[in-house]
Amino acid sequence: MSEVVIVGAGPAGIRAAKTLCAHGLRPTLLDEATRGGGQVYRQQPPGFSRSAAQLYGFEQRKAQALHGALAQLSGQLDYRPETLVWNAEAPWLDTLHQGREAQRLAFSEVVIATGATDRILPVPGWTLPGVYSLGAAQIALKFQACAIGGRLVLAGSGPLLYLLAWQYAKAGARPLLVLDSAPFSAQARATPSLLAQPSTFAKGLYYRAWLGLHGVPVHTGAHLLSAEGEQRVQAVNWEDANGQVHRLECDALAFGHTLRSETQLADLLGCAFHWSAANRAWLPTRDDGGRASVPGVYLAGDGAGILGADAAEVAGELAALTLLGDRGLHVDPARRIELQQRLASLECFRRGLERAFPFPEQWAANAADEVVVCRCEQVSAGEIRTAVRQGHWDINRVKATCRVGMGRCQGRLCGAAAAELIACESGRALDQIGRLRAQAPIKPLPFGVELKP
Amino acid sequence: MALLRRLAETHRARVPFTLDGQPAEGLAGDTLLTAILTQAEHLRGADFNAEPRAGFCLMGACQDCWVQLGDGRRVRACSTFLEPGTCVQREAGRRP
Repeated sequence: MSEVVIVGAGPAGIRAAKTLCAHGLRPTLLDEATRGGGQVYRQQPPGFSRSAAQLYGFEQRKAQALHGALAQLSGQLDYRPETLVWNAEAPWLDTLHQGREAQRLAFSEVVIATGATDRILPVPGWTLPGVYSLGAAQIALKFQACAIGGRLVLAGSGPLLYLLAWQYAKAGARPLLVLDSAPFSAQARATPSLLAQPSTFAKGLYYRAWLGLHGVPVHTGAHLLSAEGEQRVQAVNWEDANGQVHRLECDALAFGHTLRSETQLADLLGCAFHWSAANRAWLPTRDDGGRASVPGVYLAGDGAGILGADAAEVAGELAALTLLGDRGLHVDPARRIELQQRLASLECFRRGLERAFPFPEQWAANAADEVVVCRCEQVSAGEIRTAVRQGHWDINRVKATCRVGMGRCQGRLCGAAAAELIACESGRALDQIGRLRAQAPIKPLPFGVELKP
Repeated sequence: MALLRRLAETHRARVPFTLDGQPAEGLAGDTLLTAILTQAEHLRGADFNAEPRAGFCLMGACQDCWVQLGDGRRVRACSTFLEPGTCVQREAGRRP
């Protein structure tokens, strides 16, 4: 039987599901996690007892509302946790439940709400145990009540950097040092656009002020140079805004430069992509209602461009309303306009964040040849540059030549960095080196899966 | 020495398991990654140089936390919950 399928149970997926159910449909909601919420509102396992305030801070009401919305839909939808979508070929989605049961699911319409992962710009030593993405450090705390170490350094850029520093400090694991690659002047210049979301802007200021008051050193315009250690990270080297190099002993490092979208399923479904200068990435194209270029495919949330959790909730509801309208069902036109206006305001804020946390443009030129870019296939920046010097400039050709992006993660971790290096070495613009293609299975499958009819 | 440090939620039930054949103990609700890295420093050896790896993304994206179970299955340690009696084997990786 054909049905409406939503992939991803974060803010976008759950809002889409709620909207579809409210209009009488019974969607199937596929969630790779064991409980709904996505990464941003990830729930701790049963048996944990920390309060929503401890887990989600200022966002506790939003998190609880979203979890509550999913719980209330029980019986009205087919919610399938622990279910990975590993292939998509209209009108089918290939799923894997609990790592064992494979099932082919037919869809009439699909809402893709697959979210994002950290964007990583590798430094020497980043594969050492004790070095994690910022998102990982947050999951360790939120989902497992663990700190990634005792002497912790946080580096990179983006709102998560300050939020995480605050969350760790509040949980009793005060970071030794926070390194923000964005210069302070950029953050000051971005203030007018950031005021499009005054409460979010105020929270950002609050985290910064709190860290200052509690003695957590925060350096802006400061760059992580490398992690060093034998069997695990033991120190970081970093450069301050004046170009002075420092070394600090530590036992954990988390870093990342904002987020990147998970676009593989839209790619496998044949959706058109466009270049997004703000995201420095190719993104599946959507119209102002959330329609992809392929009929029956809808896009919502960070998987179609990074706008954050609040925008994901709005986009999830909007995509669902568009889907319902396309089915000929009556939807409230005023509500659609209201959602579109809210998204436009959030996009203005997003542009402000771009200015406040600009991409470190010099990363590719400065990356040492020895730095491992692809941690799956152990491909260095030097090997990528060699492939480019052999005449390759298309990222898929470079992949075929030196195996960058060919490993188990399919370029999720190295793809953004590889693109920067290829563009820099070939002298081409970042949007002139092609787009890393997705391939099924988009995540590894075990041997011996049981096929379910 | 351990990589991860427990900050809260330490009153959960204890869950025995084996790590590379040695008896070990985690807590109910731990992922395999948490159970292992609260008492050890790595999860696997890298495929090309056997250097220690301990995961990176914790959200099922990087594929750098795979461990082997007693029944031969390979699973991501970050997204597999610990169960009583789980036998976890860490793979050494390969040297060039």
